[in-house]
Amino acid sequence: MKIAVLTKAIPSYESSIRVDSSGSWIDESVVNFVVNESDSYALEEALQIKEQLNDDTEVVVVIMGNENNTSKVLKDGLAKGADRGIFINNENIDTDPLSIAKLFSENLKEESFDLIFSGLQSDDLGSGQTGVLIGELLGMSTATLGIETKMEDGKIKVKRELESGWFQWVTLPFPASVSIQSGINEPRYPSLKGIMGAKRKEVKSLDVSSSSNENKQKFIELFIPKTEKVTEKITGDVDSIVARMLDILKNTLKVI
Amino acid sequence: MILVVLENQRGNIHAFSQEAVVAGQQLSEKLGLDLSILCLGENASSLRDQASDYNAKNLILAQHDLINTYSADGYSKALSQVISELSPKYVLMGHSYMVRDFLPRVSAKLNMPFVSDIIAVDYDSDSPIFSRQIFNAKLATKVKANSDTVLLSFQSAAFSSDDMQIGGSENQSDFSVNLEASDIKSQSEAEFQESASGVDLTTAELIVSVGRGIESQDNLPLVESLASAMGAEIASSRPVVDMGWLPPYRQIGSSGQAVSPKLYLSVGISGAIQHVVGMKGSKTIMAINKDEDAPIFEIADYAVIGDLMEIVPKLTEEIQK
Repeated sequence: MKIAVLTKAIPSYESSIRVDSSGSWIDESVVNFVVNESDSYALEEALQIKEQLNDDTEVVVVIMGNENNTSKVLKDGLAKGADRGIFINNENIDTDPLSIAKLFSENLKEESFDLIFSGLQSDDLGSGQTGVLIGELLGMSTATLGIETKMEDGKIKVKRELESGWFQWVTLPFPASVSIQSGINEPRYPSLKGIMGAKRKEVKSLDVSSSSNENKQKFIELFIPKTEKVTEKITGDVDSIVARMLDILKNTLKVI
Repeated sequence: MILVVLENQRGNIHAFSQEAVVAGQQLSEKLGLDLSILCLGENASSLRDQASDYNAKNLILAQHDLINTYSADGYSKALSQVISELSPKYVLMGHSYMVRDFLPRVSAKLNMPFVSDIIAVDYDSDSPIFSRQIFNAKLATKVKANSDTVLLSFQSAAFSSDDMQIGGSENQSDFSVNLEASDIKSQSEAEFQESASGVDLTTAELIVSVGRGIESQDNLPLVESLASAMGAEIASSRPVVDMGWLPPYRQIGSSGQAVSPKLYLSVGISGAIQHVVGMKGSKTIMAINKDEDAPIFEIADYAVIGDLMEIVPKLTEEIQK
């Protein structure tokens, strides 16, 4: 079986996010790029499937972006145990999910993956569409928000998280594209042996920087969200804080 | 035409769908386009009855044996047929887990953009501009779409169902969906809950919600006593459930429940976007957190900056007096 894991390099949660001079993207020079959280769970899930099947299953870590932002994340995936990598160089800032998915699909098509795993959404653009779009473009069956997977009778069973504490098992024939929810396993750390071995692993480099895919949606202006709410700050010693809270609960809101 | 697609949630129109109808009504008025509402698949005829006063020009029913229960394969194919036939300018849904699961398939099938998780709509003369949160809600962006048909999904509470315009529909019609058994590649089992819950947080007037700031399960009784003194339901953010301190049906947020109580008192919750989408519709938000920069304070009416371990017991004691 051939499993692709789509990973993305995104600004770390602690990074300072500032709008750049163009107004339509952020200043990347002050940003530390790390792997998108749910993608690391997707990679772990793929590695565990490979270990369980214990056959010639191959896990391929796939990443798109410019080399500067992505190389560490790709190396880390290989060090954790992916068999090889595919680096899709894209110097452009692409923010249209459909255009991004087409670039992936066009470049992954000939690999004929049985399974594509991705994180449920990226913590930068947050569209939550890429895995499903690629699934459709490549004629695969799809499922999202997987919180458990099982291989059974040549199919994959996925436990999907629904809303309000409900769940559902769906069985998908291969090829399948499945998005993975955070928290479903314990992503491993790369071992020293893994880190050394990663240097010898094959990375296929492709370049889509000159692609002419049309963007059907565009960011026209980034802005800092403003709150319309007037917030009353309640500070001080415990007694005065509690007194003010009681006053609000009793007299303003009349809930106690 | 503006087409709003309703989602079934255990027999009723999903709350997010009602908000999408309000978005549809406003878009329809602003752009001078007719509003149509599509009841698709699961429970569709009952949804049509429930939507009869949604002030839509057309109420459309699209049913087929193969979409009586949801599947991404069936729904994406059926909705694609409706869109191809009716050519609406905008197709609106709530940004639910089901929509995330199948609407990108429609986007890819029909080669049309899907602007997801929209928080606001503005207009540049007559052309709508959609706002979305990016970088974990640290920034937002205005998005313009360029296509004859654009798919849209709205974040919970971007529009309020209180603003629904009531009125009958002029026309009712049936759309005939063409599906074959071979179109449905995936097999879905029945939906289930992990633990039986007698609690419906969505109807609670008062909610006390606890987050990671409680530090240990041993401290949970502090918050439980406060909730009980106030006559409030207890709820939590995801980490508390992930650690097994409270059952999943107490969880508020994108993977839990969405609530809009009269008062939401959050205790030790930082306010990650996944939590905030489930509670920002609350009438009043009071938040206790020792970190003055906690994102929860950005949406709070009352920002209580202090140590919950001291404040909560004292407040409980005073309420009990």
